[in-house]
Amino acid sequence: MEKNIILAGVGGQGILSIAFVIDNAALDAGFEFKQAEVHGMAQRGGAVQSNLRYADHEIHSDLIPKGAADMVLSVEPLEVMRYWHFLRPDGWVVSSVTPYINIPDYPETDLVLDQLATFPNCILVDGGLIAKAAGNLRAQNMVAVGAASSRLDFTEDQLLKYVEALFKPKGEKIVEVNQRAFRYGRAAGLFFRGLVDAGMTIPSALRLSQKIAPETYDPALAADWFAGVGRDERRLESVLAADETITCDRIPARA
Amino acid sequence: MSREILLGDEAVGLGAIHSGMSGVYAYPGTPSTEIFEFVERATKKAGNVHAFWSTNEKVAYEEALGMSWAGKRALVCMKHVGLNVAADAFMNSAVTGTNGGLVLAVADDPGMHSSQNEQDSRYFAQFALIPCFEPRNQQECYDMMFEAFDMSEELALPVMIRLVTRIAHSRAGVRTRPAREQNPLNPSRDIKKWTLLPSNARVQYKHLTEKQPILLQRSEESPHNELVLAGKKGIITCGLAENYLRENISESDYSILSIRQYPVPAGKIRDLVGHVDELLILEDGYPLVESMIRGLFGLAGVKVQGRMTGEVPRTGELDPDIVRAALGLAPLPAAHAPAADLANRPPALCKGCPHTDSFRALNEALSTFDNPQVFSDIGCYTLAALPPLEAIHSCVAMGASIGMAAGAAHAGYTPAVAAIGDSTFSHGGITPLLSAVQQGVNLNVLVLDNDTVGMTGTQRSMSTGETLDQIILGAGIAGEHLRVITPTPRNHETNVEIFREELAYDGPSVIIARRTCLEAIKRA
Repeated sequence: MEKNIILAGVGGQGILSIAFVIDNAALDAGFEFKQAEVHGMAQRGGAVQSNLRYADHEIHSDLIPKGAADMVLSVEPLEVMRYWHFLRPDGWVVSSVTPYINIPDYPETDLVLDQLATFPNCILVDGGLIAKAAGNLRAQNMVAVGAASSRLDFTEDQLLKYVEALFKPKGEKIVEVNQRAFRYGRAAGLFFRGLVDAGMTIPSALRLSQKIAPETYDPALAADWFAGVGRDERRLESVLAADETITCDRIPARA
Repeated sequence: MSREILLGDEAVGLGAIHSGMSGVYAYPGTPSTEIFEFVERATKKAGNVHAFWSTNEKVAYEEALGMSWAGKRALVCMKHVGLNVAADAFMNSAVTGTNGGLVLAVADDPGMHSSQNEQDSRYFAQFALIPCFEPRNQQECYDMMFEAFDMSEELALPVMIRLVTRIAHSRAGVRTRPAREQNPLNPSRDIKKWTLLPSNARVQYKHLTEKQPILLQRSEESPHNELVLAGKKGIITCGLAENYLRENISESDYSILSIRQYPVPAGKIRDLVGHVDELLILEDGYPLVESMIRGLFGLAGVKVQGRMTGEVPRTGELDPDIVRAALGLAPLPAAHAPAADLANRPPALCKGCPHTDSFRALNEALSTFDNPQVFSDIGCYTLAALPPLEAIHSCVAMGASIGMAAGAAHAGYTPAVAAIGDSTFSHGGITPLLSAVQQGVNLNVLVLDNDTVGMTGTQRSMSTGETLDQIILGAGIAGEHLRVITPTPRNHETNVEIFREELAYDGPSVIIARRTCLEAIKRA
């Protein structure tokens, strides 16, 4: 077993916090790991990445070779494109779709998402929406790691333990917010994949996920949602046309 | 045994602590900063290791040498270009030799992630005739500290440990060992050794040269220099380059020499060269080993490949893909081609940064001049070179802004403006300012006093606030030409006016733009 993950985002988004959680879980699980990161100038709002590798055998390079990454895990959609050529042919894209726009030439967000949706192996979640529901917009990094967690080699609790360890110095409330963001992110990712695996297109699965209140995501309901709206564009559009978010259990009855 | 998650830098720091170090000395500089920071954090409670940032690398080196003189173990850390600043003390410390163990940890930055050049510190070790270790992973960063300190005391020489960014800033689990006791105070009484009058220095230098065969023998026998003879194709790796090789080939017929201790093990290289027809050399940094092997006239009978022949790019950081190509292997298949024309996301000054307000005011005050150029320095404010500010036009060496502005003024250039941060000023700006004042040069120095060393993560600045004012007045700047402004959007007009007044003055003047770094406020 070997997992090579490129963590991506913008300086200040908390890429190294994601690394902390996975590093510690990997050490705890008895794996070898290496995790190269960026310090210094680039951290000032620039594109940042970290190469994280863990395995049940010795790892040589601190850097992931091109074509050897199992996952690009990004807190920001545009940043996926900076590293996707590192992915192996069957590699995964796990990304928040919330853009971080601090440059004048940021492309149309929809165009970026269209690009990400070309990866059949993708998990897309709305980090901003979910973090806000969890209680703090800054917790988008924990949403992202939560969304990726089902594709990592640890239990949910193994990871949550280090979310706690990471935020403990900042107080119980911050720990709760971040653990919640992780759980919502995990459920969102599983729900999204549930829709896609049932047969929904990636753009539709994303739009539907964004319509559902993050605190109510239930992956077990994904198949029912697909049965309810997945084969009928009109039915999906009518759900999406609702003014407010809807709870996950309000599945339209089968036609 | 339990493992700790450590950056390469942190592993060096912990290795030094466990080796019985009594003092750590450094000036912040990426990618070396975290060595000092780790030691400071880890020993704060016990309070048994002296850890206080130094004003610059030369001071740090001299303090470490003094600790060594007193019989205790000292670690001094810096980035590669920092060793240029410390070079005077460094080179001569090899001649004096040491008493307590003295280890110099230098972090090079191949690829210039956060630096002005990618100079290779192994040349400095060779230049000073001292041993150098080059770890390939975090565990070796830790383990080699024990060896380096022991060797330093045994041979009475400073010992270098050379890191590169990719080791310094990469984490792994590290197995630790029991800590060794610190040395007792035991000042050196060997006056002649430490007093490099020419008559003494000649004797000491001879001692240094006489130690060279011992150093070479250590390298030959070192387990860190591993030679495996197999097929007729040979590879030499230095430091972490071995990792990139192993990443690409598991079992192979290559004959391989991995070098992680210097001076270069000439005997092992001779054995390898005698065995192979082709030799590929992989080093992260300059082609040091490659140029030695190639010599002036090439190596008869063996085809030597590396950075000098183009199989490996002449500049930049090594990585597994570069090594893969150098081995002649096809690239791995990937899920996607690299994105074309992707919008760049360069680093930028933080929103609300005081530097932005300082440079906006300076830009406006200078707008009446024809294409004015501003000499600047090394720090966050170097980002003011980029759009939208485009306010500075040089960045060369710590403190160089003031010296260069003075030189330009000597040549008749006006207005000669230097922009420098408070910590960079204390590092290398005081002496050129003193020089300019003594000569009555017409220059304007803008000191961006944000009360911290911002770029490297808000370390303590040595000259900020009142201390900074007094240093500038002490250097001889007239009181009426030391102006202090508060760089905020609200003060913009006032600040522009003050800049204009001082630009109009024919003589040396200093304007301090004083407002605390936002990151520092956040961390406080």
